[in-house]
Amino acid sequence: MQSILYQIPCQADHYNELLDANGLPHPHWQALIELLANEQPAQMRHRVESIQRQVRDNGVTYNVYADTNGLQRPWDLDALPFILPHEEWQHIAAAVAQRATLLNQLLVDIYGQQTTLREGLLPSVLIHGHAGFLRPCHGVQHEDNIALHLYAVDLARAPNGQWWVVSDRTQAPTGAGYALENRTIISSAFPDLFRDLNIQRLSSFFTSMRDSLSHWGRACAQKQSFAHAEIKPLSDGEQPLIVILTPGPYNETYHEQSYLAGYLGFPLVQGSDLTVRNGIVWLKTISGLKAVHVILRRLDDDFCDPLELNADSLLGVAGLAQVTRQGHVVVANALGSNILQSGALLGFLPKLCERFLGEELKMPSVATWWCGEPQALETVIANLENLVIKPAFPQIQQHPIFGEDLNQSERDDLVRKLRANPQHYIAQEQVKISQAPAWSAHHKPNLNSLAIGLRVYACATPNGYAIMPGGLARIASGKDERVITMQRGGTSKDTWITSPDAAYHSSLLRRTTSSKDLVRGNTYLSSRMVENLFWFGRYTIRNTHTTRIIRTAIRFLMEFSSERRPIEWSTVHQLCQWYGLMPDAEEMAIEGNHFAELNDETIEHQLIQAVFSSKDNSLQSSIQQFFQLAFNIRERLSSDNWRIINQMSQRFNHGRHVPTLTETLEHLNETSASLVTLTGFTLDGMTRDQGWRFMSLGRRIERLQFLCVLLQNALTMPPESNLDWLLELTDSIVTYRARYSAQPEWLPVLDLLLMDEHNPNAMIFQLKGMVKYLTEVSTNYGGGGNEALFIERLESLKALDPDLSLYHGSTTLLIWLNDTYRKSVEISDQLSLRFFSYSGTQSGGAF
Amino acid sequence: MRYHVHHDTEYQYDSIVTLSQQMLYMTPRNSFAQYCEQHLLTIYPAPTERVQHIDYFKNYSEYIAVFTPHDLLKVTSSFTISLQRRPEHSELQQSLAWDEVAYRLANEHGMHLEAASYLYTSPKIICSQALAEYALPSFWPGRPLIESIFDLNQRIFQEFEFDPDATDVSTPLEQVLQGRRGVCQDFAHLMIGCLRSLGLAARYVSGYILTNPPEGEPRMIGADASHAWISVYSLKYGWIDFDPTNNCLVQNEHITVAWGRDFSDVSPMRGVVLGGGGQTLKVSVTVTPMPLVNTYTA
Repeated sequence: MQSILYQIPCQADHYNELLDANGLPHPHWQALIELLANEQPAQMRHRVESIQRQVRDNGVTYNVYADTNGLQRPWDLDALPFILPHEEWQHIAAAVAQRATLLNQLLVDIYGQQTTLREGLLPSVLIHGHAGFLRPCHGVQHEDNIALHLYAVDLARAPNGQWWVVSDRTQAPTGAGYALENRTIISSAFPDLFRDLNIQRLSSFFTSMRDSLSHWGRACAQKQSFAHAEIKPLSDGEQPLIVILTPGPYNETYHEQSYLAGYLGFPLVQGSDLTVRNGIVWLKTISGLKAVHVILRRLDDDFCDPLELNADSLLGVAGLAQVTRQGHVVVANALGSNILQSGALLGFLPKLCERFLGEELKMPSVATWWCGEPQALETVIANLENLVIKPAFPQIQQHPIFGEDLNQSERDDLVRKLRANPQHYIAQEQVKISQAPAWSAHHKPNLNSLAIGLRVYACATPNGYAIMPGGLARIASGKDERVITMQRGGTSKDTWITSPDAAYHSSLLRRTTSSKDLVRGNTYLSSRMVENLFWFGRYTIRNTHTTRIIRTAIRFLMEFSSERRPIEWSTVHQLCQWYGLMPDAEEMAIEGNHFAELNDETIEHQLIQAVFSSKDNSLQSSIQQFFQLAFNIRERLSSDNWRIINQMSQRFNHGRHVPTLTETLEHLNETSASLVTLTGFTLDGMTRDQGWRFMSLGRRIERLQFLCVLLQNALTMPPESNLDWLLELTDSIVTYRARYSAQPEWLPVLDLLLMDEHNPNAMIFQLKGMVKYLTEVSTNYGGGGNEALFIERLESLKALDPDLSLYHGSTTLLIWLNDTYRKSVEISDQLSLRFFSYSGTQSGGAF
Repeated sequence: MRYHVHHDTEYQYDSIVTLSQQMLYMTPRNSFAQYCEQHLLTIYPAPTERVQHIDYFKNYSEYIAVFTPHDLLKVTSSFTISLQRRPEHSELQQSLAWDEVAYRLANEHGMHLEAASYLYTSPKIICSQALAEYALPSFWPGRPLIESIFDLNQRIFQEFEFDPDATDVSTPLEQVLQGRRGVCQDFAHLMIGCLRSLGLAARYVSGYILTNPPEGEPRMIGADASHAWISVYSLKYGWIDFDPTNNCLVQNEHITVAWGRDFSDVSPMRGVVLGGGGQTLKVSVTVTPMPLVNTYTA
């Protein structure tokens, strides 16, 4: 054990989280250090690999650009947990709860009585000079006087072992979901240790949060029904509708938002999914408008309402501020809570704490001076080299400036800036923060010591604030260890709090599959979600077909030299062109190539391009579309499901290497296998609710269209063509061979592909499914399914006489296929119009 | 004085609007200087919802939502109002030095709360060194506040040109200061910016002004427009209104509708529509002097 400790680089002027003054580990670290010292080095290597794999496979990302080649950055997670003993944690938790209580009261006061201003406890510039003071939100009545429902605070430990507050997060605190994911991954990397140390579980915190929001949602529902006789009060057992409002998939923490939505069982909605009518916020669902009771928002304050707040916002809900003033929706946190995120407030908190709570502030803030006070300004200027200068208000654009970094002329510039607008700046003491053990996989020694900050979470409950027993620890892995942020390349750590006694073990992710959640999911299906599910269904099938077509073409290319290539090839080529996978004569001409001289080399190049290029119709871009859709419905996909999708799209990152034809074929095989697995999941693993029905409709429509195109092309190829490829493309070759041991012939092939009710790839199978699902849609939503269109198609297909119609070049059949294709386009448009772009104008009948 | 004001606002859309939500600031507020006798706000098509609200600055605002598909939205505000006498220049001679006012506003925490909203940068008015520098020639140390403001008011009137084509609602203040031209809204923003950059409290007033037709000609219907001016917090006399566009102390030809930190707090009509495409806006205002005694019979 000594040997590994001996290697750790330590800085004497920082508090050491691991070692005491004698160089021995604190008791709460001993078990972990012994484990590391006694096991084979390979074991830690396996852990690190497994952690990285889980982060990648679960698609845990930060700074997401939902684009497989974009800036999607995997979440950086250190292998070692950050451990704190229970006794110490009690103090931290009490201090955080006190601070949350204080900040909540301050927030309620600023947007209410303004005692703080009237008594001169705060200079008015800190409120009126703060761009985040939203006057339209003044006078809102909060349920139980709670405006700060979720609170996070960044802590750091000073050299003397004392914890300090560095900053408060009060608007829409991020990271609680990441903390939960970190826990799932790290606890499984050290299962025995986790159990032996009896680490406190995180799930109870999220349960408190859900129950509390639910409690206030219920109170809000009651107010709604008092105000509108048409709105029925919630019945026993009926849950209030709580939604998570997201800025959308391009937000840097969208991954976390969808993860939390899935975990808590709240629909994840965007501003356009909500609408304000008659003083109520409604969720647009395919079954009409549903009254929303609580909005857990991840959208910044001023973006929440383009009508009264930032008019440029495209992400908000017009009229939301007004509904909050009427008390008909709970917004968590209350609009305008950004005002507390000002470092200028820190220095005033001790006094405010005594005034509001009648007690001393339990945890100090890092020494902070607001330069707006003349004395403070002089102190700051005199001690600049030990201070960090930061903006006092969010509207001031300025990175932190470290006094010690400045040369004389830079220093003079800064002093001039401070004197010109002193109220715009705060100065914070530059703290030497504590160092905790971290694991570096690539450098020796592996056990390292890095500066650490801890973000702790609190949620309001009707009985005071509950604290998450753990948190998001972050270490400075970048060059500048003075700055710890995930935005600038930090690494996160799971935080373990030991238990005083044998805490009961509640499973982490149990709630995701409780029956209550499924029921809720059914009821509140947003129009946007349904639209995404529909297209998710279509793209699963579209990608399957694209993969198969290219694979077939490659086989023709590989198996036959150009002079021996069978006559069917030209039809396959034609299909590739129809689907935009290979350029047609016109496009070739534009690129300066002569179409007639299409040699094998060119074809090969074109086929590889069809898979990997980023052009519109390539498989790669189609898979990306699919990934995007999957991203939008993330909270409905199981983690296995998601992992397959994630892996599939990541395989397209082949770097600079240009794949060969053989590699391309292998790639197609893998993609095809992934798609088949996904289909298995959707058929086997997803709840048969309305959303699933729309997804299935998407699948059927796509397959039906493919059959129409494929057969129209096939029926007009040279009569002596071989039909094997047709059966392969429709995945029906195995069935055919089992039934007819002869060479494929037109009548049996067409019968199998059109009329055979037992073949899931047959036309009749698609039509029957569509009739079934469309009828269900009509029944559920009072029309809109237009199933008659396809009942007619089904009957006319059954009416075809095989002997008279099922032959090569059959005009009857060609006309029938053409009509069917047209009608499938029609139904797709009708569904979009009726269910996806729900503007609600047709139903004031929501009441 | 008594006036009748008729204010039409008409939005013509290129395509159908299916949902329109608007905030209107068209109902005049009462104060020591004016009393609104009756106010009527008519909206076509008839809104599905109308909610009245008194905002943070104690203005009347009205939320409307129109669910009827439409391509024309017309809002008519009409009211009769009587103005009370405001203090004249000769009655404002004893004001405190401007720098003393600024000092007290900054340092007497817990007092002057009614001025606090109007001391700092706001969405359309970014305080700056440049604005302070422009103002300073009128504000030497110890100069009485009201006298300094008269001077600034006059300088803006003389040094800036009224030019409706030079700016629009989104033109930043910096550009107005550099280009030296604009309309009443720009001059009001500019003057407020100057005063706030010196640490004084100033607010934006939105309303109407009586325009007198050329001698011998009849009053033209709809020829007037919305107007904007400023109000400054003087400590001694409370809020005093100045009109930099017309180089005057506000007396009895200015009709106040609402006030706020700048235009964005009190724009007469702002909203969000679903659909609509392009839009054309037509505004017409008529201010008519009325006899002092109400001659209407019920």
